[in-house]
Amino acid sequence: MLEVANLSHAYGDAPPVLSSIDLEVRPGELVSIVGPSGCGKSTLLRCIAGLQAPTAGQVRLDGKPVDRVPDNLAVVFQDYSRSLFPWMSVRDNVALPLRRRRKNRAQRQENAMKALESVGLPDAAAKYPWQLSGGMQQRVAIARALAYGPEFMIMDEPFGSVDAQTREDLEDLLLRVRGNSGMTILLVTHDIDESVYVGDRVVVLSKGPARVRADLWVGLPTARDQITTRELPEFVHLRAEVGRLVRGREAADEPKS
Amino acid sequence: MTNWTRIVRGTIGVAGVLAVAELVSRAGFSDTSLPPASTVLLRAAEFFGDTEFLSAVGSTLEAWVLGLLLATVVAVAVGMALSTTPWLNRATRVLVELMRPIPSVALIPLAIVSFSSITESKVSLVFYSACWPILINTLYALRDVDPLAKETLRSFGFGKAAILLRVSLPSAAPFVATGVRISAAVGLVVVVSFELVAGNGEGVGGYLLQTQSGGGRPDLMLAGAIWAGVLGALINVGLVALERRAFRWHAVRTEASA
Amino acid sequence: MTAITGDHPAERPTGTNGRRRRPTGVPGLRILTGGAARLWLVALLVGCWEIIARTKQDAYFPPPSTIVRVFHELWFSGPATHLFLTDKALDDFQPSFVNLFCGWALAAVVGLALGILLGRSSVAREILDPVLQFGRAVPPPTLIPFFIVVFDFGAQMQISTIAFGVIWPVLLNTADGVRTVEKLQLETAEVFGITGAARLFRITLPAAAPKIFAGLRVSLGFALILMVISELIGSTTGIGAHLISSQQGMELPEMWAGIVLLGILGCLFNAVFALVERRFLSWHSRARGLDS
Repeated sequence: MLEVANLSHAYGDAPPVLSSIDLEVRPGELVSIVGPSGCGKSTLLRCIAGLQAPTAGQVRLDGKPVDRVPDNLAVVFQDYSRSLFPWMSVRDNVALPLRRRRKNRAQRQENAMKALESVGLPDAAAKYPWQLSGGMQQRVAIARALAYGPEFMIMDEPFGSVDAQTREDLEDLLLRVRGNSGMTILLVTHDIDESVYVGDRVVVLSKGPARVRADLWVGLPTARDQITTRELPEFVHLRAEVGRLVRGREAADEPKS
Repeated sequence: MTNWTRIVRGTIGVAGVLAVAELVSRAGFSDTSLPPASTVLLRAAEFFGDTEFLSAVGSTLEAWVLGLLLATVVAVAVGMALSTTPWLNRATRVLVELMRPIPSVALIPLAIVSFSSITESKVSLVFYSACWPILINTLYALRDVDPLAKETLRSFGFGKAAILLRVSLPSAAPFVATGVRISAAVGLVVVVSFELVAGNGEGVGGYLLQTQSGGGRPDLMLAGAIWAGVLGALINVGLVALERRAFRWHAVRTEASA
Repeated sequence: MTAITGDHPAERPTGTNGRRRRPTGVPGLRILTGGAARLWLVALLVGCWEIIARTKQDAYFPPPSTIVRVFHELWFSGPATHLFLTDKALDDFQPSFVNLFCGWALAAVVGLALGILLGRSSVAREILDPVLQFGRAVPPPTLIPFFIVVFDFGAQMQISTIAFGVIWPVLLNTADGVRTVEKLQLETAEVFGITGAARLFRITLPAAAPKIFAGLRVSLGFALILMVISELIGSTTGIGAHLISSQQGMELPEMWAGIVLLGILGCLFNAVFALVERRFLSWHSRARGLDS
């Protein structure tokens, strides 16, 4: 589905942020990318989404090179308060991307309501985003991406700005949504637990410039639960391994720089 | 480097506008009353040696500066007095709301009849129109002073006067300065308007009126307007630079919070 | 390039917003005491003026009662079929209002279009910046003699003066608003395929609307000023012409009535605009209110 080949990026004359990244995501997979904060995860996502042209290398989605934002791709940003439009009601926010799908007004509103129901917010349709809590706003952002009906969804630290309890709820929502839709998802996070809990695969990035340090298969059962899954020895083991990879690199690197 | 491209692009823009103006007047797209840009610039340059024009500029600026200074002192003092006496503040709010919307130029006829000297009328008019932005910004800024800063001082045993002087006034100062800058522009408009209406040959406005007599000299009129524009721009740039220097801490703080 | 906000910050707390929220607990008494606390100073000043003017008989400062009487006689003592407007009111108001709104609308349309262009293109911005800074600094009345030569006395001259003078706040505020639209909002639009005109009308302009409205409001206040000044200098019709002719005829109560009329108009424009703004920008003030 997605192939990233030898991708590098540098902002102007600054030292490179990404250095020859290779990555492949197969259809239906949920791949989490984890790495220390400030390692260039967001830049990688922006290159993949076609929001930014990399200085070298290529991104291909369904075999076609990505040079602008592809039609079948949606992005959920971390900063929901800015990525939802405050002058539109929740329903209009969710219905907005459907204009591109050439649907009439009634269809757009209907699809938007369906998407809001699937994230558990049918009652918020007439409200404005800023009247909702952070967690609810991010649900709206997810609903907007769902309504768009993409085959591939990119999530940039989607749960980074909400409290721990809400975060768990949103993680489960994500797994449920993904089970229903069969979308391919690429999720960036700095939370090691989260990367293992939601992912089929965990890709660990190193810092400055970002390289793929490891690509681990998460062998956990598809049905996951916040309590029992996190108790499984495989989960604990994998979490420790990812943690070591993320941190070990930092510890080894710091004296040098 | 980026500064250079800015300067080059700005120069291109100015040159382009001048070239278009020159072409329009030379090609005769409009009637003959539009003088070529080059002529206008030449006239504007000649004004440097024209004592009559320079004294007109001087008289305009004199009234403007006096009125603005007076307005700043009075408006800041009144603003401070009002913000420390809530009962008076409540009562003056209605008064301010009633008087502020009166377009200050509507008072020009009144100023003409009620003062004996022209300078007096001009200064009073500038004073009146410049007071409002400064007063309102002062009131607004003083109301918005961080209560924590005030309480910090109070906890160290400082009195009301000390708090006003050490906390309220400094933190209100940047907004007051913005008010002064707005007033400066308004004041310039009001002086020139007065001179144009009074029609007794005083100041830049009076000079412009004279150029209108006898068929009119559009080149001189536009040259005068260019001088007024350059003066206005210089005043604005000067005040902004002053604000930047004086309130560096403020700029840093607002940028950090943005 | 900085945006012109005028005395915008102070507008909210003292404007119609604050006045709407009167305490409703014990209605009669509260309003009475609250009203007294607000109005006593105005009443006192008007009273003093009345007494002093009556005793001193100063021709330049007629008592308020006289001004109000003349104000009513001049413009509002007409037949009910004309909404009580006199013929003079129709003659004075019509040219003034037509010029004011034509000039303002012209400036708004041109300023908005140019502002969008400048906000979108940093090259255009850098090329035009010095020209715009200069144009904004020219006191508009200095151009009146020139406009009189070009257009002769009349509506065209007045509309040009108003349009030239009030375009700057709209233009600069629009450019600033469009330029500072959140990058994330534009990227979100891009991700969901909202581009071109849809992006301009659904994302960019709504996001810039608070600044655009601030510019339009400053412009409207300024348009009133320029309407008056252009009529004072170069017109025989309109409210400004009434002012200057009554001054020259030494009809001072009539002149004072004109000043009162302009004050009322200033208030009225402000209030109407605030109403329109609240209708269109309710999301903005409410979202702001929740943030803080």
